Amino acid sequence: MRKNLNVIAAYSIMMVLIILVGVFQSWNIALSIFNMCLISAVMTMGANIQWGYAGLINFGIMGYTALGGLAAVLISVDPVQEAWSAGGFDILMCLWLIIALVLIIRFILKNFQKSKVRTYAIAVLIISGILLIRFTAEPGIEAIEDVNPAKTGFLGGFGLPIIFSWIVGAFFAGGLAFIVGKVALGLRADYLAIATLLISEIVIAIIKHEDWLTRGVKNVIGLKRPAPYEVDLQTTDWFINLVEKFNSGKLELISNLSDRQAALNQLVIEGSSVFVKLCYSGLFLTVVIILLILTQKALYSPWGRMMRAIRDNEEAANAMGKNVVKQHLLIFILGSAIVGIAGAMLVTQDGLFTPGSYRPMRYTFLIWVMVIVGGSGNNFGAILGGFAVWFLWIEAAPIALFLINFFTAGMSETHALKLHLIESVPYFRFLMMGIGLLLIMRYRPKGILPEKIEIK
Amino acid sequence: MDILNALILLLNYIFIPALTYGSQLALGAIFVTLIYGILRFANFATGDMMSLGTMVTILFTWYFQSLGISLGVLPTALIAIPFGILFMIIYMLSIDKFVFKYYRINKSPPVQLAMVSIGVMFVTQAVVRIIIGPSDQRFFDGEKFIIKAREFKEMTGLNEGLALKSTQVITVLVTIVLVSLLFWFLNKTKTGKSMKAYSDNEDLALLSGIDPKKIVMITWIIAGILATIGGALYGLDKSFKPFTYFNNMLPIFAAAIVGGIGNPFGAFLGGYVIAFSEIFLTYAYKKFFMYILPESMEPESLVQLLSTDYKFAVSFSILVIVLLYRPSGIFKGKVL
Repeated sequence: MRKNLNVIAAYSIMMVLIILVGVFQSWNIALSIFNMCLISAVMTMGANIQWGYAGLINFGIMGYTALGGLAAVLISVDPVQEAWSAGGFDILMCLWLIIALVLIIRFILKNFQKSKVRTYAIAVLIISGILLIRFTAEPGIEAIEDVNPAKTGFLGGFGLPIIFSWIVGAFFAGGLAFIVGKVALGLRADYLAIATLLISEIVIAIIKHEDWLTRGVKNVIGLKRPAPYEVDLQTTDWFINLVEKFNSGKLELISNLSDRQAALNQLVIEGSSVFVKLCYSGLFLTVVIILLILTQKALYSPWGRMMRAIRDNEEAANAMGKNVVKQHLLIFILGSAIVGIAGAMLVTQDGLFTPGSYRPMRYTFLIWVMVIVGGSGNNFGAILGGFAVWFLWIEAAPIALFLINFFTAGMSETHALKLHLIESVPYFRFLMMGIGLLLIMRYRPKGILPEKIEIK
Repeated sequence: MDILNALILLLNYIFIPALTYGSQLALGAIFVTLIYGILRFANFATGDMMSLGTMVTILFTWYFQSLGISLGVLPTALIAIPFGILFMIIYMLSIDKFVFKYYRINKSPPVQLAMVSIGVMFVTQAVVRIIIGPSDQRFFDGEKFIIKAREFKEMTGLNEGLALKSTQVITVLVTIVLVSLLFWFLNKTKTGKSMKAYSDNEDLALLSGIDPKKIVMITWIIAGILATIGGALYGLDKSFKPFTYFNNMLPIFAAAIVGGIGNPFGAFLGGYVIAFSEIFLTYAYKKFFMYILPESMEPESLVQLLSTDYKFAVSFSILVIVLLYRPSGIFKGKVL
């Protein structure tokens, strides 16, 4: 109990802060912050596995998040039959071509000695393959995008419950991580950072512009929900009764019957959105707890010890007979898969997929701030980082507004400087993030909850 | 005549824009590579430092414009740039003193310095957005074109026009002058040579009496100059928007690595490699083939290898290929 005191204290403070938001702003805001905190926590856990356990830098978080989101779309949206009949054949042909291309390249790599001729042959093969695929796909893509472009214009998905996409998202992200890991993991730390960042930009570019698959910047809206809809709840009897029971004290104070009914309606409307958010919180919390148990178990298992050994001294671990390359690849895939889950969760919560919104600032660097601030190598730290940083990210604007009003209290309301500062309130969050990161890096480089390994 | 038309077409739509864009990238790439070679970390704040320099230049330009000072046909920004540079040098040196110095003295691993540079990136970006806002700013004035497309057509009687913007000429000229001065400094002066020595082997350089403080200071000063001029030229030619500058960091990194990180000359060429391949691969050659091929063979499609949406992806793919086959870059890195 004693040694975990700082963990408990840190989490209590966090909870109190969120409850304070609930009391002073509204429970709706508090719960949406809480939900986003949980999603951020999942992302941070993924990054933390890679960075904290194995010392691998992955600046491609954004790409894996987007792939998770794509999984949510592909799983939950109903298939667009017309589009399939218009261009499905061409797309399937392309898929086969890609598989064939990969198999041929594998065959060449396995059966021929490394030489200049082989390298050039592969290059020629890839380029001609890409051209061939483009020519096969073009008519199909055009046909698909012409099918009711305002509403569909893409192939759609499988029409399954969206919850499945959380697992599929993990597989998508893991698959990408396998390719990226094969390509880039041999690089030095900062090269790896740049390479993963740029590869994730390529992934985003593809998701943004391949409209037949993702609708691109036209966005996919109105995804299915795992939680009930507010509108349905507001007309359900048991829910109205529940709200009535919950607020019976408040309602009894109102004597007028019609006033009481109006107040109840208002409460039901508020209550329904809180209820939906609570449903999401429950789902997300389950994911976070399962992941936390798994990662904690892994951390203290022989495998976790091996990972730390590899992180701290690669050569020694190699000499002890551990396959460093293989383990690095494995952990890269695992961490990215977790980020993929978070990406799918994010789209599930929002109910929409907007490829244009994936930007490195928000989905890569912010997550890294969370990892560093929380404490790398410590799962509790990573989750706390997700909570604390997201909380600050959202509440930065109100805090900044308060500070600006405080410091410019002497100025008149129409003073140009004051107006300008109030206008630029949203950007103070970047300032707070940056200063927070710099201070933590300087004075507490191991994060709020540093890595603590007990040898049992 | 058709061949001439085709050549003018390529010159107008590929060669001149790529040369301009490449020069802007090259300045940024030299900045990245110098920091990497001497201070030994990947500076993720590159794009935002450039945008800060540009912002100060813009503010000075507006001030001069309000005073009624102008250079006639040339943009007023040219007088404002020196003030921007001065500000950026002060900024770079103070950032180094308050942030980076601590980690350098403690000999922190490069990764930690890269993380710190992300902190600097956040702060710089916030400052720029708070002061000037996130929207587009144009600060170009003076004569826009040296040759207008229509005038060129009338002059030569060709079908294709050639438009030459003054900002394009300014960009290329300034880059040539700046880069030749820089290479002269690095290769011929004593300080430049000691910078090279320090980049090659820090311990040996310290033993031979090179003052590391001076080297670091000069690196930041050069960085300030490059960041301001590179950023201001980009802003003059296109427009100033903080988010674009942040994004430009990526092709700049690609250019620096493709050219061999730590090698300024490589970075300089890398900028052009990236710019030319981006524009070459995403240009639609339909019109070009219409000029050079007989009518019966004219292509129906756009003859475009990749759609322009993938412009950025091209440079990143080049980077990935280079990293795979030649991680030290085309021109062998780490030789400053």
